[in-house]
Amino acid sequence: MLNKIFEILKIISLSKLTRIIVFSLFVIFLTLGLFESLLLSPEDYIQSDAVRIMYVHVPAAWISLGIFSFIAFLSLGIFIFKNKNFVIIAKSFAPSGLVFNLIALVTGSIWGKPTWGTWWAWDPRITSMLVLFLFYTLYIVSWRLFENDKAAKISSLVAIAGFVNVPIIKFSVDWWASLHQPSSVKILSETTIHSSMLTPLLLMTAAFALFSVLIFLMKYNIELIKIKTKGLDRL
Amino acid sequence: MNGYGLFVWSSFAFTLTNFFGLYVIINRQLIKENKKFELKFNQLEKNKYTEAYKQRTNQVLVSSNAAQKI
Repeated sequence: MLNKIFEILKIISLSKLTRIIVFSLFVIFLTLGLFESLLLSPEDYIQSDAVRIMYVHVPAAWISLGIFSFIAFLSLGIFIFKNKNFVIIAKSFAPSGLVFNLIALVTGSIWGKPTWGTWWAWDPRITSMLVLFLFYTLYIVSWRLFENDKAAKISSLVAIAGFVNVPIIKFSVDWWASLHQPSSVKILSETTIHSSMLTPLLLMTAAFALFSVLIFLMKYNIELIKIKTKGLDRL
Repeated sequence: MNGYGLFVWSSFAFTLTNFFGLYVIINRQLIKENKKFELKFNQLEKNKYTEAYKQRTNQVLVSSNAAQKI
């Protein structure tokens, strides 16, 4: 069953048509998202137009957290199922996760200046996001430092260890005094953000998610080609 | 932008620049690995080529690279 799913994923990722479809959807959602977030959405009554930074900062933070959680989940699968496909998928998601983490940190810093009066503060959420960035970097560096099997084991351990940080990021605003406000967008209870701001936020999140899928497909393709090129030597 | 233009535009510009940069880097890697595969595949002896071509993933790669011998 698992192998069938991986086989389908291989064929889908190798197809140029899949990438064209994902890329087209990304462009559509990004255009709509930019139009909504920069032109249509209202300014905040306290933060004024500085609130527009939210439309890149928050989706980037969500996606980077989501990707790292997924990598950690797959890494657990590597130890349980001993299946190399988990390794390739996890490895292929890491670059976009790292970039989204960097975007969240930098845009957060830019947003901090007009709202808090500082580029950087050792706030629990900012610090825990920085720790996530270090885990992402460690994960990617471990693939460069070690050979294939050893790299898979070490990077998986890094991802599993780093996952401890994910709930800390999520609940840091509730556990400690923080410059960040508590969550406005909630899955289990009522969302407290107005629809005129929620719409661009969700559009940008969809665009960012599509971009990470596009990069994943390309990176997964690269990893498959590398394996297949090595395989030609063994014929 | 009520005086916040520099902050807002730089945030969006940083995001889009990173998207573009990552896409270009990954796309270059993809083209490079595709070329490596194509080169090796075309250098295979006839019998090995036929054997390699039996694998579905290789078929997809070869057809997408337009490097078919069969």
